[in-house]
Amino acid sequence: MKTLADLKKIREKAQEEMKLRGGNVRMKIVVGMGTSGIAMGAREVMKTFLEEIANRNLTDVLVTQTGEKGLSSMEPVVDVIEDGKDKITYGNMSPEKVKKVVVEHIVNGRIVSDFVVATGN
Amino acid sequence: MYKEICSKYEATKDNLIYILHDIQDTHPQHYISDEAVTAISEYLSIPPNHIYGVLTFYTMYSTKPRGKNIIRLCESPPCYIKGSENILRKLKVLLGVDTGETSKDGQFTLELCACLGVCGNAPVMMINDNVYGDLTEEKVVEIIEKVRRGN
Amino acid sequence: MSLKRIDLLICCGSGCISAGAIKIKERFHEVLNEKGMTNEINIIETGCMGPCDYGPVMVIYPEGIFYKKVTPEDVEEIVNDHFMKGRPVKRLMLQDDEEQAISAKKDVPFYQKQVKVALENCGYIDPESLDEYIATGGYEALGTVLTTMSPQETIELMKASGLRGRGGGGFPTHIKWQMVHDAKADQKYYICNGDEGDPGAFMDRSLLEGDPHRVLEGMMIGAYAMGASRGFFYIRAEYPLAIQRIKQAIAQAHEAGLMGDNIFGSQFCFDAEVRTGAGAFVCGEETALIHSIEGSRGNPTPKPPYPAISGLWGKPTVVNNVETLGNIPTIYRKGPEWFASMGTATSKGTKVFALTGDIRNTGLVEVPMGISLRELIFDVGGGMVGDHKFKAVQLGGPSGGCLTTEHLDVGVDYETLKEKGAMMGSGGVIVMNDQKCMVNVAKFFMDFCVDESCGKCSPCRIGLKQMYGILERITNGDGREEDIDELIRLGEAVNKLSLCGLGQTAPNPVLSTLRYFRNEYESHIRDKACNTKVCLPLIHFDIDKDKCIGCSLCARKCPVNCITGSRDEKYTIHQLDCIKCGNCQEVCPVKAVGRIPGMHPEMIAKREADKQRLASED
Repeated sequence: MKTLADLKKIREKAQEEMKLRGGNVRMKIVVGMGTSGIAMGAREVMKTFLEEIANRNLTDVLVTQTGEKGLSSMEPVVDVIEDGKDKITYGNMSPEKVKKVVVEHIVNGRIVSDFVVATGN
Repeated sequence: MYKEICSKYEATKDNLIYILHDIQDTHPQHYISDEAVTAISEYLSIPPNHIYGVLTFYTMYSTKPRGKNIIRLCESPPCYIKGSENILRKLKVLLGVDTGETSKDGQFTLELCACLGVCGNAPVMMINDNVYGDLTEEKVVEIIEKVRRGN
Repeated sequence: MSLKRIDLLICCGSGCISAGAIKIKERFHEVLNEKGMTNEINIIETGCMGPCDYGPVMVIYPEGIFYKKVTPEDVEEIVNDHFMKGRPVKRLMLQDDEEQAISAKKDVPFYQKQVKVALENCGYIDPESLDEYIATGGYEALGTVLTTMSPQETIELMKASGLRGRGGGGFPTHIKWQMVHDAKADQKYYICNGDEGDPGAFMDRSLLEGDPHRVLEGMMIGAYAMGASRGFFYIRAEYPLAIQRIKQAIAQAHEAGLMGDNIFGSQFCFDAEVRTGAGAFVCGEETALIHSIEGSRGNPTPKPPYPAISGLWGKPTVVNNVETLGNIPTIYRKGPEWFASMGTATSKGTKVFALTGDIRNTGLVEVPMGISLRELIFDVGGGMVGDHKFKAVQLGGPSGGCLTTEHLDVGVDYETLKEKGAMMGSGGVIVMNDQKCMVNVAKFFMDFCVDESCGKCSPCRIGLKQMYGILERITNGDGREEDIDELIRLGEAVNKLSLCGLGQTAPNPVLSTLRYFRNEYESHIRDKACNTKVCLPLIHFDIDKDKCIGCSLCARKCPVNCITGSRDEKYTIHQLDCIKCGNCQEVCPVKAVGRIPGMHPEMIAKREADKQRLASED
């Protein structure tokens, strides 16, 4: 390291690694991981999100989990939350559907209306 | 053996404290013998009286053989306020020693020391390099047993 | 890029380690392994998060949930409920006054009045990761200083910030820098004083353990300002983890090219190494510390010459405390105006305090200078443990003094505390409840200073011993009417005549308790009574005949057989034989045994008779 520009490069990369501790997050994906969600395959859904997002190097997207959302019949349930926009809730998710949501919604901002079970709060 | 340890350090006076630490830590009885002082004196070309001066100035060095494990119970005010006296009493009974003494089986030497800087978890003691906090009489029994078994 | 979705920050400061944090960490590794979740969760060991009393503590991001007093048995539940199902474990959270669980760290009252500068990253980053330090803006200040500022400009900026030494004396940092800058010499040295020995202070340890690169960066900025090319971290041997962390930080900085030759492409070259002590409180005094680094006894020497003129190996040397260095990078990153906007007219910025004693939230806090003791103790510290009332607070360790309820609204800064008879010291705050005897506390601090006096100068070596003897006499019931005046006379003499700060300040605990709790000394001397029932010779045990049921349990448990009686007559303690072990009080099923302030009249009479007999024999 010889210049401030070198330092800046390292800083930016290191900040990505620390983004879970609060940084620049554009979009938050919240997977419902209650007992029924897990029973319906929420763990696979979560894992697929993590993999797909890592593969695309989407540094400003956060994947996290929450408890039972009370939509048992539609588990696994996933919320996509973006600042200043309505919350989108997807239901009956599967690893295949996740891949589509990542490509369409997360990357290109087009909501996959076929999977949507609720919007807003 | 002492020469070997000395030779790890450059022969300058400012390394004296490290050589003393090293010799004491590697000796099975955790102390610095007269022979060790002679060896250091030759290696660093400084008189033995200077080495004894340093040796006796710092509380962590011992010129007497000690046990395998050194217990250092903090006797400073924050620990005192939180009841370190009871811990000391318990340790004395448990090990059958007074402060500064080594248990008959040669496992433990009980010492008192100034603040260990873990006052948020007072009362505190250190056994070798490990710090144990929030001590209670029951906890002390457990810890001593564990360290004893560890040997 | 990683797949992680959770950052689990486990506090691995010495406090939490002493409470078992390492076991918790290992258990997390085991459980996550079993469940195949290792690649989703980052386990990060951080430095001290502050609330040591709740240790082991942890924070889980992204939610920022704070757990306290976690045991290895809790780990599986945290993984199952929180990590798998997103249901944080309520019973491990802090409770607020209405017993509602407080989930997020930012809502914990302990943190709310705090402003973190030196401790900014402590408990937030992995202290063993240079990258994480850089992510928080680390080394940016050094780079900017080296590439855009001259040494003199660097000193001017420090002057504008108003930073004063955090080790105790409160000497303006920029003046030390300027003195060494102006000195002509082929070699200059920078020493970081990490010989934190004040009982009740542990901020330097936490900072070295929790954010070592910050201290290193601070040192390099200062070294550039005054033209030093070699630095030493003098750390007490009681802090093995701090020593390890700073050594590692130095190695990492070297590897990354942040240390060594031509740092940031400038002409500035710098190298640092770690030196350790071997257990001597006086080595925190700068001249003693320098002798210790040189391989000698840590005896202080008279000043002048000041280390800034003739220090380590006779060269100009600056000695700065760890917390002082910890403030430096942020001052240069955020600007001196920002720093000077906090605090009071003479004391700028923030100060780290270590809260200990009978206070609810023991631990490390950082608050703006000028905060009142009331806010510090009752808001940040959560008030007293249990039902006992606040009585006194000892500020500044064995060199400081006691303050009382009447001072609770005093603002904490260097000058105000000094005026009231206490001192900032290194920031140890020992809170005491109304069960503490102030004479006994003063004796305890004096005992510490007698032990730690290096013995070089006679006022400290002999004077403190004399003071201790008088205190011992008073707490043993042999106090004399003239003792109070004698303590004051000795204390003032030791203060004026001692060579170094240790001796000069050692009488403070006695003088300040005499100032604010003189009545306690008087009752010990005149009434032979310790009203807080601490000093054993000045209390007695007695059995209330009206309550006694004659069960004989006390008599049977008495180790010296000094209790006699029968079911009808009830039981009596023979005062002259009683050793005050308290067994009788403990075993009495009807609480008939009382611990009563004051020496028993029988005992007073006996001692009087003994004294007269001795006098007539002479």
